[in-house]
Amino acid sequence: MPPLIETLELTKQFDTLTAVDHLTFTVAEGEILALLGPNGAGKTTTVRMLSSILKPTSGSARIAGHDVVQDARIVRHLIGHLTEFPGLYLRMRPLEYLDFFGELQHMPRATRCARAEELMKHFELWDARDRRLGEFSKGMRQKMALIRAMLHAPRVLFLDEPTSAMDPHSAKQVRDAIATLRGSGHTIFLCTHNLYEAESLADHIAVIRRGKLIAFGAPAQLKRDLLGLPLWQVRLTRPLNQPWPYLNGHLQIQAQDDISLSYHTASPEITNPLLLRQLQAIGADVLTLQEVPRSLEEVYLRLVQDSSGQSGNQ
Amino acid sequence: MLSDALIITRREVRDSLRDWRIVAPILILTLIFPWIMNLSTRLAINFVEQYNATIIPLRLVPFAVMIVGFFPISFSLIIALETFVGEKERSSLEPLLDTPISDASLYLGKLLAAMIPPLFASYLGVAAYLLGLYLSIQYVPEWSVLFQILMTTTMEALVMVSGAVVVSSHTTSVRAANLLASFIIIPMAFLLQGESILLFWGQYDVMWYILALLLVADVLLIRTGIRTFNREEILAREIDELNLGAIVRLFRRFFLGAHFSIARVYRDDVPRLLRENRLPIATTLGAMLIALIGGWVFALWFPLPADLIGSIKIDPELIRQQTAFSGNSILPRLDAGAIFFYNLRSLLGFALLGLFSFGSLACLPMVTTMGLVGFIIGEIRVLGMDGVVFLAAALLPHGVIELPAAILATAFALRAGASIIAPPPGVTAGENLMRALADLVKMILFVVLPLLALAALIETNVTPQILIWLYGR
Repeated sequence: MPPLIETLELTKQFDTLTAVDHLTFTVAEGEILALLGPNGAGKTTTVRMLSSILKPTSGSARIAGHDVVQDARIVRHLIGHLTEFPGLYLRMRPLEYLDFFGELQHMPRATRCARAEELMKHFELWDARDRRLGEFSKGMRQKMALIRAMLHAPRVLFLDEPTSAMDPHSAKQVRDAIATLRGSGHTIFLCTHNLYEAESLADHIAVIRRGKLIAFGAPAQLKRDLLGLPLWQVRLTRPLNQPWPYLNGHLQIQAQDDISLSYHTASPEITNPLLLRQLQAIGADVLTLQEVPRSLEEVYLRLVQDSSGQSGNQ
Repeated sequence: MLSDALIITRREVRDSLRDWRIVAPILILTLIFPWIMNLSTRLAINFVEQYNATIIPLRLVPFAVMIVGFFPISFSLIIALETFVGEKERSSLEPLLDTPISDASLYLGKLLAAMIPPLFASYLGVAAYLLGLYLSIQYVPEWSVLFQILMTTTMEALVMVSGAVVVSSHTTSVRAANLLASFIIIPMAFLLQGESILLFWGQYDVMWYILALLLVADVLLIRTGIRTFNREEILAREIDELNLGAIVRLFRRFFLGAHFSIARVYRDDVPRLLRENRLPIATTLGAMLIALIGGWVFALWFPLPADLIGSIKIDPELIRQQTAFSGNSILPRLDAGAIFFYNLRSLLGFALLGLFSFGSLACLPMVTTMGLVGFIIGEIRVLGMDGVVFLAAALLPHGVIELPAAILATAFALRAGASIIAPPPGVTAGENLMRALADLVKMILFVVLPLLALAALIETNVTPQILIWLYGR
């Protein structure tokens, strides 16, 4: 897949503050990239540069091959942007609001009407179409903002905290919509603090801190890189009266007692069946053998803390 | 470009018309205020006609039309001031900036949206007022005067709106924009007072000049607005609070720079400031030249009778009397201190006025002086004498120092006044004003004051001697 979003040494300086510092990454068509980072890390500035609102101080960025500075208007056609705050015109009605943004995207009237209806029905807002946006709840406003971003069927969607103000049901609707969009070939750039959302949706995770990219990769790869090999745990139905089988050093024991064993292994597909056979051979009954789940949160916190320590040392 | 702009305009106008805080006052000013004015006009006419002062109603009605028309357009300022910065505060601006609309379309769309409802209300108000007068006293306005007033009202609305949109797109909060609005309101107040005098005085021809000046101001302001409007700068700056401490710190930063020293001011700052301010200096010189020529042409058109002037003869006793003269509110005593403070007070006073007139009133003393100089040279030429020699004797000895000082003070005040509406890229209107003020103060303290002091000494001690030597025999 050719990259739909490309950045090369992308940098943004505000007076003495470097908000984004030499960011280089790519996102392929149909992928979801989750951009994580503490508040003030430079996520919004990055999205604003990729949306052709802010001009990079140095470096470059391209959306579907178009330079964000040279081809700014084309880029703004190609992207949809859900901003951090919904920012609706509260005296307008939903269809009127969407019609305004559709017209600014030069969509034919019939298309924008049909699309607005389709999206409003999808997000269960159709029944509220005659109310003013000022009467909408927080979650409804967030959905409206998302519809606005998706209205012109953009190839790239920038979503800044898409589920932040939503109840669990609405948040799931939005996550499902994001997954559906990926399925239909859209590329999604997701800024979020919701690590569960990032982990469940994203193909790749980028972590930035103080404008610098400190990690980039698939969630599983990041976990492996930062937390080491996956941790496995075997539990028996009753205590073991003899030493655990160590499989000639294939297991890196993490913890053990007479009823459970936790270990790392580089090749679980070989060592786990072998361990089970050996336990069976010595008459131990296995209750469970499972990989201990490790959250993205651990990865994120370690990254941010490590980076903080490094900056502190500097 | 225009079709995109009109999309913005339509939405904003619709939005304004849904806001009762805008609609209610506009309706009152459109329907009720003209009715009250109508009543007042009839009462006034009845009153003055008892004394056969028929000219007063004739002059009163155009003035009332101007007032009825102006009140609704004052709302355009409120709408325009919050057009960008208000949307930024409500977070609704970024989605708009994410669309493919160009900066110019966005600017024009907002400009039109801020103008159309108040202007429409203004025309409606004037129509209601005149209709009322026609129905009650069968008054029919002089159509050319009505046209002048309506056009002036339109141009004034455009000046206010285009200035306010620039302010709105270069400030970081609605509060800051409202505070800076005084730089638009005060010149408009001066203008209205001037127009009132002209209308009462019946000098309708002069209104054409005002209209022309407003048109030039409109073109300049819209051009500045389009040139300086930049979506990046609107979003790149975070909303901050205005406070006196921050303003003082900003001023100190611009005034003192990184390392302040007197030597550095003269070595680095003054040459740099002169280079950076070539445009206002050239503008000041241009205005002076035009005034000089204007005064000279005026003298040729309206020569004073030769017997009224006679030949130029300066009596040394006159100089002595002038030196002993204690001065009055217009002219200073002929001593160095008095001349120095008089010149300084004039320049500072007009610099202050310049701040509230986009810089234009800062030029007034120099333009007036040069107009008079041109007139005197012209009159002397008419008398068959050499005006240049007189000018060289009466002005040059001290003028060679005083004029550059006055030109610099005027040019820097002009720039300070214009700074609100023409901030360079990357700078807010407030920052630009502070920078311009710091430069003005630096220039006055370190260049203008010493030059004025030296010029005053020469004007007191050298110039009179030269005049006596040339014309005293």
